[in-house]
Amino acid sequence: MTLDEMLASLFPDGHDVRNDHSVILGSGPLRTGGRAVVIGVADRAAVGADEAIRLSSYVLSSIENGSGPILVIVDSDSQRMSKRDELLGLNEYLAHLAKCLIYADMHGRPTIGLLYGHSAAGAFLATALATRVLVGLPGAEPVVMDLPSMAKVTKLSIEVLEEKAKSTAVFAPGLRNLAQTGAVHTTWDEAVPLVDQLEALLGDLPDTRDRRDALGKERSGRLKAADIAERVRGLALQAR
Amino acid sequence: MSAAPTQTAKLPAGRDRTASWYEASARTRVRLLLDAGSFLEFIGPEMREVSPHLQVFDLPEQFDDGIVVGRGSLDGSPVFIAAQEGHFMGGAFGEVHGAKLTGLLRAARDIKSIPVLILFDTGGVRLQEANAGELAIAEIMRAVIEARSAGVKVIGLIGGRSGCYGGGGLIAGCASALAVSEQGRIAVSGPEVIETNRGVEEFDSRDRALVWRTMGGKHRRLLGGADAFVDDTVQDFRDAALQLLRSAGDFGIDTLKAEQSRLEERLQLFGTCPDAVDIWKAEGVPDADAIPALPADQFISLADEVRRINRDAR
Amino acid sequence: MEDLSFSHKAHERAVGTKNIAIIGVVASGNLEVLAERILPDTECLVEIKTAAEGFGDVWDAVVADFVERTSPGGLKFSINDGGARPDTVSLRLAQAVRLMEDNDQ
Repeated sequence: MTLDEMLASLFPDGHDVRNDHSVILGSGPLRTGGRAVVIGVADRAAVGADEAIRLSSYVLSSIENGSGPILVIVDSDSQRMSKRDELLGLNEYLAHLAKCLIYADMHGRPTIGLLYGHSAAGAFLATALATRVLVGLPGAEPVVMDLPSMAKVTKLSIEVLEEKAKSTAVFAPGLRNLAQTGAVHTTWDEAVPLVDQLEALLGDLPDTRDRRDALGKERSGRLKAADIAERVRGLALQAR
Repeated sequence: MSAAPTQTAKLPAGRDRTASWYEASARTRVRLLLDAGSFLEFIGPEMREVSPHLQVFDLPEQFDDGIVVGRGSLDGSPVFIAAQEGHFMGGAFGEVHGAKLTGLLRAARDIKSIPVLILFDTGGVRLQEANAGELAIAEIMRAVIEARSAGVKVIGLIGGRSGCYGGGGLIAGCASALAVSEQGRIAVSGPEVIETNRGVEEFDSRDRALVWRTMGGKHRRLLGGADAFVDDTVQDFRDAALQLLRSAGDFGIDTLKAEQSRLEERLQLFGTCPDAVDIWKAEGVPDADAIPALPADQFISLADEVRRINRDAR
Repeated sequence: MEDLSFSHKAHERAVGTKNIAIIGVVASGNLEVLAERILPDTECLVEIKTAAEGFGDVWDAVVADFVERTSPGGLKFSINDGGARPDTVSLRLAQAVRLMEDNDQ
């Protein structure tokens, strides 16, 4: 699905979302009334300080003006890997974008990530993984660690890695693994209008509690995370 | 940060806070940083909660999965603490490792009155458990913001062998305040990764001086990416932690707006600077070329004059 | 990875009232030792998971020597080894015993 196809399917009555140098900004009407804010990254673009600062600015002004959910649509590369971005403190720009999205989500502006293409590493963390609910569209290919890089570091062949990946969802790329580990809440059906699926999701939205580890346990993708976190939390509460 | 020597009675052997932070293990940092005997560990090594994902790669496990979490006191007041072991798997985030920190932060969010110290020493996501590590980082970022929203101060201390890279850099960017030493580095992509992706002309990862100018503690302090620069001793980190716990601001929409302005201004002022030295010159640092060799105490005084930290942002 | 286990009789109980100690880090050329006071006074056990395969005889000798010198009765030592040299192993085991004696933090 292209960006334009996706937006047309999400907002069949029109929208004002623009792709400006791969930074997506705008809004569209919701069937149930009101408007959804739309931000994101297109064209498999890298996310550097210049992109992140525009996105965070839009999120902040949306928090002040408006009341609907915030859709974060993503087809990005990883963070921009450049001397300039690191020199300028890229970690702060990416963190700030994530903070704005998390803050919005905690204050009545549910954030919904729509992964329709690629995303990786720091860009993934600052956008799609900073939302309350992450939806995958068919064809999305999230990659935390690509197999060729992993092969180089581990000195194992790609075939061996692929074989190991058959029995665990925990390292290999792909929507299925990200769903099984709890990152992706649900995958939408390309054959059904996205506006319908969005309406259904908004009508049945989970609360702001981060349930990704519980989901990962339910789906047998991450068997330990939820329990370990809960045990530490319990021990810490007891120790007061 | 004041560099005045602290008056301490001679400590028993093994409790010497003049010890190097960089050289110390995570456990030693926790033991020496906190008040003597105050540390209580949560899910200690005897629980043997190791990573379930390393055996398939024929890799050794560590009983605490490379992170020590618990509570103790700092100058009499309770704190939660998490310390990454930078020598085990590069301090990288795995499923269990990350979950221990997530649970600690969620507890802090629920209790509201106990701050959290995160002793970063990490290369980012552990590649053998990449999806779990990345998710853990995302959950930690969320938990940090939930805790800060509940009024909890989250202070990061950075000065270990693995630095604070990758997703660790993003978590650090979510903290209330950071203290960093000369040895500390903060970035998203590591030097080798930039070189591999963009070529050695873009970034020569073997040029240590370049790495430190771009990502190291002094530059982060002068840029405003870290709030305090400290010498490489446990005492200095302890003093900085106490100072930052007192001075770090609250978190809310005003903080985010101030942060937006701060980061926009940084791009306007320094967005075309080719190197850190150019940024330092633009900030009015006298004799910018001498910064890397400047001893800690002199650097601290200079930094305090050049860049006062904005307590309203972050 | 290789798993090894050596159990020995010890002349004396290991001194001290500490029940748990941990020392070292799992990294190339290093190891961690977890000591637990959970065995009868005249027994000791050393269990090893090591990344360096085929050195069973060396471990056997190092452990036997350590038990002979230190007599760590009552202690179980669990080791995660990243390929440490024998002298580093001996050092860590000795450090672990000293930590178990130590009533100070």
